[in-house]
Amino acid sequence: MTIDRSGTPLVEMRDMVKSFGGIHAVDHVTVNLYPGEVVGILGHNGAGKSVLMKMLSGAIQRDAGDIVVKGQPAQIGNPRDARRYRIETIYQYLALADNLDAAANLFLGRELVTPLGLVDDAQMEAETRKIMKRLNPNFRRYTAPVKALSGGQRQSVAIARAVYFNAEILIMDEPTAALGVEETRMVAELIDELKRQGIGIFLIDHDIHQVKALCDRASVMKNGQLVGTVDVHRATEDDLLGMIIAGKNPEHLAA
Amino acid sequence: MSDATSTGAGPRPRRNLLAALEIDTRLLGMIGAFFVICMVFNVWTEGRFLTPRNIFNLTIQTVSVAIMATGMVFVIVTRHIDLSVGALLATCSAVMAMTQTEILPNALGLGFGHPLIPWVTILVGVVTGVIIGAFHGYLIGYLTIPAFIVTLGGLLVWRNVAWFLTRGQTIGPLDETFQTLGGINGTLGETGSWILGGLAAAAAIWGLWSVRRNKIRHDFPVKPVWAEVTLAAIVVAAILGFVATLNAYEIPVRRLAQMFEARGEVMPEGLTVGYGVPYSVLLLIAIATVMTIVAQKTRLGRYIFAAGGNPDAAELSGIDTRLLTVKVFAIVGALCALSAVVASARLTFHSNDIGTLDELRVIAAAVIGGTALAGGVGTIYGAILGALIMQSLQSGMAMVGVDAPYQNIVVGVVLVVAVLVDIIYRRRTGDRI
Repeated sequence: MTIDRSGTPLVEMRDMVKSFGGIHAVDHVTVNLYPGEVVGILGHNGAGKSVLMKMLSGAIQRDAGDIVVKGQPAQIGNPRDARRYRIETIYQYLALADNLDAAANLFLGRELVTPLGLVDDAQMEAETRKIMKRLNPNFRRYTAPVKALSGGQRQSVAIARAVYFNAEILIMDEPTAALGVEETRMVAELIDELKRQGIGIFLIDHDIHQVKALCDRASVMKNGQLVGTVDVHRATEDDLLGMIIAGKNPEHLAA
Repeated sequence: MSDATSTGAGPRPRRNLLAALEIDTRLLGMIGAFFVICMVFNVWTEGRFLTPRNIFNLTIQTVSVAIMATGMVFVIVTRHIDLSVGALLATCSAVMAMTQTEILPNALGLGFGHPLIPWVTILVGVVTGVIIGAFHGYLIGYLTIPAFIVTLGGLLVWRNVAWFLTRGQTIGPLDETFQTLGGINGTLGETGSWILGGLAAAAAIWGLWSVRRNKIRHDFPVKPVWAEVTLAAIVVAAILGFVATLNAYEIPVRRLAQMFEARGEVMPEGLTVGYGVPYSVLLLIAIATVMTIVAQKTRLGRYIFAAGGNPDAAELSGIDTRLLTVKVFAIVGALCALSAVVASARLTFHSNDIGTLDELRVIAAAVIGGTALAGGVGTIYGAILGALIMQSLQSGMAMVGVDAPYQNIVVGVVLVVAVLVDIIYRRRTGDRI
């Protein structure tokens, strides 16, 4: 599938800067994302990829830089703001409250309420069943706390949450790191489905194979700076490794 | 959590009776433990433990700790602790004692016995509790001082603020209407209690029925009808049995005669009148109902449990966890004030040492009632049952003549063993703590 990059990007992060004390966690980084595209954000631990993405999801405040959503400057001060711009985040470990069931997690912070203002658990469970039927037809355990679910089932709850609220921009933090082979395949299929719906995805990942399989472009970071952005279909694994480890930008692959 | 509740659409053969009834096995365990304690003491005291009189006393002795324990559930669920509840109770009690014996009647000139005094007093007490509790919550949530430290400091501060306010003196007697909230000095009477019991039973049946109707409307699996009927029958029997027991405790003839004398009437020969449900127990039931609705049916409750289960997830979902902490401690403050109403009214005066060591009883009640110190897990009814179990042990041992030091040793051991049993139970059922 070819991505049309002639129009306005779904989101652009321009010249983003964030320091903690004297450390430049993110140092003038620019990335963008088009509809139906998966952009990998690569780099070692501490390269700044999570900090960059947290500025987009509202979990961290930027020091400088602009976030532009569909051509309009966006003010993102907290996670609620990000949601208003249809930006949803799927965190690897932080996503779910283990002691609550799938429906409570899916609607966490956005509960459906009855006319009396009480939470409408039955309605939320019904909605959860509807969307899970679409995303993961084998899902059965609606009333168990999510800690009783497998890694793949938990991930599908987290993804369902983003899809249910009509996310247009999705940030996924190592969505397959904790999963087995079969479950990884399931998540990969989900990502393909989301792409077909025109959703743009930033994918934070360590695994080069995973990036080659899932991403269209990759932006590589090192020591808080952007090494470069390349077309993943034309780049070899060695090219990507060279960028991550040596910070060497292969100019001919720039995208 | 029993697995039987987590099946998807379509019926599945029920494994056994308990699974069909869908009763929380932990709750069943606690009821079982309570039952065993009652039976042992009843045999030991040759039948004096399970008399209407003793059950009545046990109930009113439990109320004060149980009220605070419902709030402690929220605190522990959000991974905090509150060591200051007993001291906060003392400060609220001191403020209310002064309000009703000095400020309102003398300084504001309402005079003693004015009908507004008890209600204004309670309002002043609750506002005091909420302000102090919210202040604790601010220190913990916004200034990120650990709850353990804030409330340990609070324990010393508020215990002695109470002393300072009253200069260490006992204040009393308290307002007569206020005293009716203490227990034996204010009860619903037999007829009122039966009406209350009937209403409660009807509410329970309506509740069960509406849950079932709601499930059917959404095509969710429901329990078999016989299971619903059995459950309803058990609940109704428990409610009416409780009312019957409290009604069976009769007001002593001499006291009854005094009551008639006070009204200028002559007591009919052979008259017996039962006490019925005390107002303080009514207050506890009301608080338990409200707190359960908050826990299970409001956003506030949902966020309290989410923040306890995974604070990061809660925050990333847009929940303001700092403000949540303030709210939780403010609720505890309000409950400490209501506890202070019951405790001081029961004594008929404010004393300097009121509520001493209550923080430990309250935490123990919540923990014995199944609230996990790691956060995210706990129930209101569990905490109340926990308070009842603690109180039964204590008064049972007092009745059979166990010395005070041994009583405390037993209670301490029971607390530790209860938590151990809970850990083993969770491991068996596959729950992580």
